[in-house]
Amino acid sequence: MGEMETAPKPGRDVPPKKDKLQTKRKKPRRYWEEETVPTTDGASPGPPCNKKNRELRPQRPKNAHILKKSRISKQPQVPKKPQEWKNPESQRSLSGAGLGSSPLPRSKAKTRSRLEVAEAEEEETSIKAARSELLLAEEPGFLEGEDGEDTAKICQADIVEAVDIASAAKHFDLNLRQFGPYRLNYSRTGRHLAFGGRRGHVAALDWVTKKLMCEINVMEAVRDIRFLHSEALLAVAQNRWLHIYDNQGIELHCIRRCDRVTRLEFLPFHFLLATASETGFLTYLDVSVGKIVAALNVRAGRLDVMSQNPYNAVIHLGHSNGTVSLWSPAMKEPLAKILCHRGGVRAVAVDSTGTYMATSGLDHQLKIFDLRGTYQPLSTRTLPHGAGHLAFSQRGLLVAGMGDVVNIWAGQGKASPPSLEQPYLTHRLSGPVHGLQFCPFEDVLGVGHSGGVTSMLVPGAGEPNFDGLESNPYRSRKQRQEWEVKALLEKVPAELICLDPRALAEVDVISLEQGKKERIERLGYDPEAKAPFQPKPKQKGRSSTASLVKRKRKVMDEEHRDKVRQSLQQQQQQQQQKEAKAKSTGARPSALDRFVR
Amino acid sequence: GDNDGEREHQKLLEAISSLDGKNRRKLAERSEASLKVSEFNVSSEGSGEKLVLADLLEPVKTSSSLATVKKQLNRVKSKKTVELPLNKEEIERARTPLEQEIFNLLHKNKQPVADPLLTPVEKASLQAMSLEEAKMRRAELQRARALQSYYEAKARREKKIKSKKYHKVVKKGKAKKALKEFEQLRKVNPAAALEELEKIEKARMMERMSLKHQNSGKWAKSKAIMAKYDLEARQAMQEQLAKNKELTQKLQVASESEEEEGGTEEKVEELLVPDVVNEVQMNADGPNPWMLRSCTSDTKEAATQEDPEQLPEPEAHEVSESEGEDRPVAEEEILLREFEERRSLRKRSELSQDAEPAGSQETKDSSSQEVLSELRVLSQKLKENDQSRKQKASSEGTIPQVQREEPATEEEEPLLLQRPERVQTLEELEELGKEECFQNKELSRPVLEGQQSERTPNNRPDAPKKKKKEQMIDLQNLLTTQSPSVKSLAVPTIEELEDEEERNQRQMIKEAFAGDDVIRDFLKEKREAVEASKPKDVDLTLPGWGEWGGVGLKPSAKKRRRFLIKAPEGPPRKDKNLPNVIINEKRNIHTAAHQVRVLPYPFTHHWQFERTIQTPIGSTWNTQRAFQKLTTPKVVTKPGHIINPIKAEDVGYRSSSRSDLSVIQRNPKRITTRHKKQLKKSSVD
Repeated sequence: MGEMETAPKPGRDVPPKKDKLQTKRKKPRRYWEEETVPTTDGASPGPPCNKKNRELRPQRPKNAHILKKSRISKQPQVPKKPQEWKNPESQRSLSGAGLGSSPLPRSKAKTRSRLEVAEAEEEETSIKAARSELLLAEEPGFLEGEDGEDTAKICQADIVEAVDIASAAKHFDLNLRQFGPYRLNYSRTGRHLAFGGRRGHVAALDWVTKKLMCEINVMEAVRDIRFLHSEALLAVAQNRWLHIYDNQGIELHCIRRCDRVTRLEFLPFHFLLATASETGFLTYLDVSVGKIVAALNVRAGRLDVMSQNPYNAVIHLGHSNGTVSLWSPAMKEPLAKILCHRGGVRAVAVDSTGTYMATSGLDHQLKIFDLRGTYQPLSTRTLPHGAGHLAFSQRGLLVAGMGDVVNIWAGQGKASPPSLEQPYLTHRLSGPVHGLQFCPFEDVLGVGHSGGVTSMLVPGAGEPNFDGLESNPYRSRKQRQEWEVKALLEKVPAELICLDPRALAEVDVISLEQGKKERIERLGYDPEAKAPFQPKPKQKGRSSTASLVKRKRKVMDEEHRDKVRQSLQQQQQQQQQKEAKAKSTGARPSALDRFVR
Repeated sequence: GDNDGEREHQKLLEAISSLDGKNRRKLAERSEASLKVSEFNVSSEGSGEKLVLADLLEPVKTSSSLATVKKQLNRVKSKKTVELPLNKEEIERARTPLEQEIFNLLHKNKQPVADPLLTPVEKASLQAMSLEEAKMRRAELQRARALQSYYEAKARREKKIKSKKYHKVVKKGKAKKALKEFEQLRKVNPAAALEELEKIEKARMMERMSLKHQNSGKWAKSKAIMAKYDLEARQAMQEQLAKNKELTQKLQVASESEEEEGGTEEKVEELLVPDVVNEVQMNADGPNPWMLRSCTSDTKEAATQEDPEQLPEPEAHEVSESEGEDRPVAEEEILLREFEERRSLRKRSELSQDAEPAGSQETKDSSSQEVLSELRVLSQKLKENDQSRKQKASSEGTIPQVQREEPATEEEEPLLLQRPERVQTLEELEELGKEECFQNKELSRPVLEGQQSERTPNNRPDAPKKKKKEQMIDLQNLLTTQSPSVKSLAVPTIEELEDEEERNQRQMIKEAFAGDDVIRDFLKEKREAVEASKPKDVDLTLPGWGEWGGVGLKPSAKKRRRFLIKAPEGPPRKDKNLPNVIINEKRNIHTAAHQVRVLPYPFTHHWQFERTIQTPIGSTWNTQRAFQKLTTPKVVTKPGHIINPIKAEDVGYRSSSRSDLSVIQRNPKRITTRHKKQLKKSSVD
C-alpha cells in the first residue's frame, strides 16, 4: 500500500513572518521636514509614511491559519517578454523610418535610465516574490506506489483508510437515485458545493461541514448549475430559462433572454456569466449590473460543450464538426478555431495556467493541445469508449469521465501537461458520469452521476496554499462582503478579453504609426528625422569647401562603417545560431561528416 | 609468323596515318635487350596494343573443355526471364469534353492522372542509364550540339545575306519543293495529300490576310516610280498584281476556321512549307492549352497515317528545334536523323511497355517497319501528353493497340472512382501546399493498390521508399492522419456496457462518415477566411473608355493591368503553418481603445516603453511590500503644511554678486569633481 498524505490540514500553520531583511534605503527628504544633516538622515525617527501605510494595510483575517498574501503561483504566468534589446533592427521596421533609429547603446541617457529603473524594479519584485515563497508552508499531497506498484490500482477505500480523520471525512457519497444524473459546481473558495439533478433537484451545501444551505426542486429539468462570484448566488440553467437563486433557495431572477441554456460558465474577474444555449447562442451576462454584454451567434448548431480558459477568460466551445472555437465578448467571430477531432467534440477542458487544453471527441480520442500559439496536439490517446467529461485540477491533474468510470492522469510537475501513459487514479461509480469538477484548494474531486454525487480523494489535486485575500475558504461573512466590494472595484471590463491578456501592456503600434504619418503630413516634414550633418565653420582657412566636403565625407563614412559593422555582427550571430541548431540536432558528428559539403 | 605479320601491318598503318602531320607520334621501339626482365616493368611498347592485366592472368592456353560450359552459362545469363503479366502502361481515356479539358490541364502541370505507382521523377530515376550508356549518350549529345551550332551558324550567315535575289531564289526553291512533294504525296497517299492541301490553303489565307501583295510596300512604290522607264520593274509590278489577284480571289469552299492560324504565332513563310513537324513542336510547348487540343488531333491523325517517308521527320525536328524551316539535304541533317533514330531505338527498348509487343513482331522486318513501330510509340506518347481525344481505331490499328483496348476499359472504373479524391487533392494542394498533396495521395492509394500490385509485381520494391518519404512529411500534418495510439489502457477500467459490439459498430460508421467531411469543410472554411482577410485589389478600369463598348465586351488585359491598383501584401498570417487552426486576424478595437497610442516623452521606440510597463504593479501580482514600493508617489504632500514657491537658489542658481560661485556655476563639471574630492576627504577623515 502506498504512502499518502493529503493537503491542507487546517490547524498547522506557520505564523506569517514579516520580512525584516529589507535593506535600509536612503529616505527621501520631505518638504515638511526640517532640513537635516545628511549624516543623521539614517538615524532620523521612524518615517511617518511607514506608520500611515501600516494603518492602511487591509485587515488581516482573524483566522489563525491564513497565510500572508502570496501570489507566487501567478508569477510564472506573467510571460517575460523576450529580450528585445538584441535586435533593435527588427523593431525599426515596425516603428517607421522617421523614428530615431538608434539602437539601445546610443539611446538617450534618460531613456536608458528609465529602462534600467524598470529592470531593477522587476528584479526586486521578483526577488521579493521569491522570498515570500517561504510563507507557503503547505505542501501538496501525493500518492506513491510501493516500488513499482501501480497507483491506479489503489482504490478509494485504501486511501480513506490511510489518511487522517479530517481528510477521510472528505470522501463521501450522496445516494440520490431519484432525481437523475447530477451536475455539480464548487464555489471559488472550494467551501461550498451546489448540485442539480436532471429532474429538478437543486441543493447547495457547505460540503466540509455537511451543512445544507438549501434544497429545492425547481420542477423543471436542470441542465447546469453554477455559483456566481460568491456562494450566496446560484445560477441554474433550467429547461426554458436561466434562473438565479440565493443560498436560501429563493428565486431572485429569471433571465428570459437566456433561454434553453445547456451550459454555464462564470468568469470571476469580469463578473460575467457565459451561457451556451441550444439555439446556438453564446450569451454573456454581466451579473454585477444585470446586463447582457454580448449575445454571439456561434452558427454551429446546438452548443453543449463549453469551458473557460482561466488564464485569459476566453470561452472554448466544442462543436459537432470536430472543431473547438475560442470566443470573447469583444468579437463577433471566434478568436480562433481549432480542428481537433474527426468526429464531434464531446468535452473540452483548459488547465489553470491556460497552457493546455484537453479535448475528447466522438472518435474516442483524448488529445492535449498546446494553447501557446501553436494549437498543436501534444499527446493523443485512444480511449476504449471515449471521454464524455473532462476537467483539470488546480495543479494540472486531468480527469476524464468515461461511462461510469473516472480516470485521472497526472503530469510530472505543476506546469507540465498530464502524461496519458499511465492513469494516476481510477474509480468506478454507481452510474454514468454527468458532471466533474475538482474542488479548489482541496484534494477532492466531485463527480455527479446518475446515482447521486460522489466526493473522492485525489491526493495532489488542489493547490495547498490559498490566497487569504482572494479566495479564502475560511472567511467570515464580513470578510466575504469586503472581498465582494473589492472584487467589484477591480472588475475587468468585458471587452478586454482577448487571447493574449498581455496585449494591454503593449503599445497600439498601428495607431502610433498612423498618428506619426498624419503628423508628418501636417507639418510637412518629419520632426524626428535625423538632421544631416553640417560641419561647423572653422577659421584660418580650414573652412574651405574641400575640407568641409572632406569632413562631411568622414562622418558619412563613419556612419556607413557602423552600419556595415552591425550587419556583420548580425550575420555572425545568425551563423552562430545556425551552428548551434545544427549541433543540437545532430547527435554526434560522424567521422564521415567531414566529406559532406 | 602470323603475329609478326599483323604487327608489321599495324606499323604500316600507323606510319601512313601519321603522314598527314597532325598526329605524328614517334614510336618507341626497344632496340636492345633490357637488363632486367621482370614482372615489374613489363612494357607493351611497340606492339601498339594496350596491355591488359586480364591477359597476363590468363593461362597461356585456354582449356577447351570448359569453353562449352561457359557458353552455356553465358547463354543462360543473357536470357531474361519472361515476366508475366507484361507491363502495360495505363491509358487514361477521357470521353466527355470536360474530362478532356481536365486531363489536358493536368498534363500541362505534369500531374499524375491515374495515380501511377511511379511519379515522373521516379520514372526518370528508374530509367537512369549505366555508365557506358551515359557516355555514349553524352557523346551523341555533344555531337548533336556541335552540329546544331554549325547549323545555327550557317542559318545565321544565310540570314545575314542581303541579296534579295538570293532570298527570292531560296523561297522559290522551297515553294517548288513543297509543291513537288505534294504531287508525290498525292500519288502515294491521297488522304495525306488532302491534309497537305489544307495546309497550303491555310498558308494562302494567311498570305491573303497579310496584305502583302497590294502594291503598297516600299519596294512596290519604288517600282511604280520606275515602271514608266524600266521594263523589268513593270514586269515585277505586273507579277505582283497578278499574285494579288490570285490571292484575293474568293473561294467557295470554306475551309477550317481561321482563328487557329491567328493563335499560333508562326511566320507566314514557315507555314508556306507544308510541314507536320511544326505542329508537333507547337503541341509540345504551345502557349494556349485550349487551342492545343484541336491542333493535336490533326497531327495525330496525320501521324497515324502510314507513310514511311513523311513520318520520321518529327523525331528529327524534335532535336533541332531552334533551326529554321528549310530542309537541306546536307549531311548534317542526315547525321542528325541517324542520331535521332538511334536514340528512339534505345528509347523503345527502354520503354518496353508498348513497344515490346510491336518490336518483337517487327524486328525481323525491314527498316521501314522499324520506323513505323517507332512512330507508333511516338504517337502514343503524344496521345498521353495531350490526353485529348478518344483514340480512333485507325486503319492500321494493329494487334498491340487492340490488346490495349481491353485493359483500358478495365481501368476506367477505378479512374472514375478516383475522381472525387483527386478533387480533394487539388483542393488540399491549394491549401496545404505540396506536401499535404502527397499525404492525400497515400490515402487514396490503398483503393488502387490491389489492382496495381496485380498489374505490376516488379514495381513493388519502390513502394517502401515512397512510403518513407511520405512519413517524413507526415510530421507536419496532424489531423488527416491520426497518430495511432495504443488502443487499450493498462488499467482494469474498461467497463462493460450492454451491447458493446453494436455500439462499436455504430461508432465506427459514424467515424467513417465524419472523417473526410470534417477536414474538407474545415479547409474550405479556412480558405474562405484567408481570402476574406486578404487585402483587396482596386480595379479602376472603365470599360468602354478608349475602345469599343457594348454588351459582352471586356476591357483588354493590358488596360486592366494598367488600372489595377494592387493592394500591398499584408503580414503573413499567424496560422500560415498551422493547417488545423484558423486564427482571427481582425483587430480588437475594444482592446485597442485601452492601449497606449502615443509614446511618452523620453522613449523613441515602443518596445522601450513596453519594457517599462511590463511588470505589473497591482497588488494582485505582487507581494504587499513590493506593491507599496512600486506605487509610492514621487511627491508626498502633507495636509496643512505650507509649500513655499520655488526660488532660484533651490534649483542651483545663485545671485551674480558672488563672482567665484558664478564661475563655478559656469563649469558644473569641475565643481562636482571637486565636491566629490571633498566628500571623499571628509569621509576618510
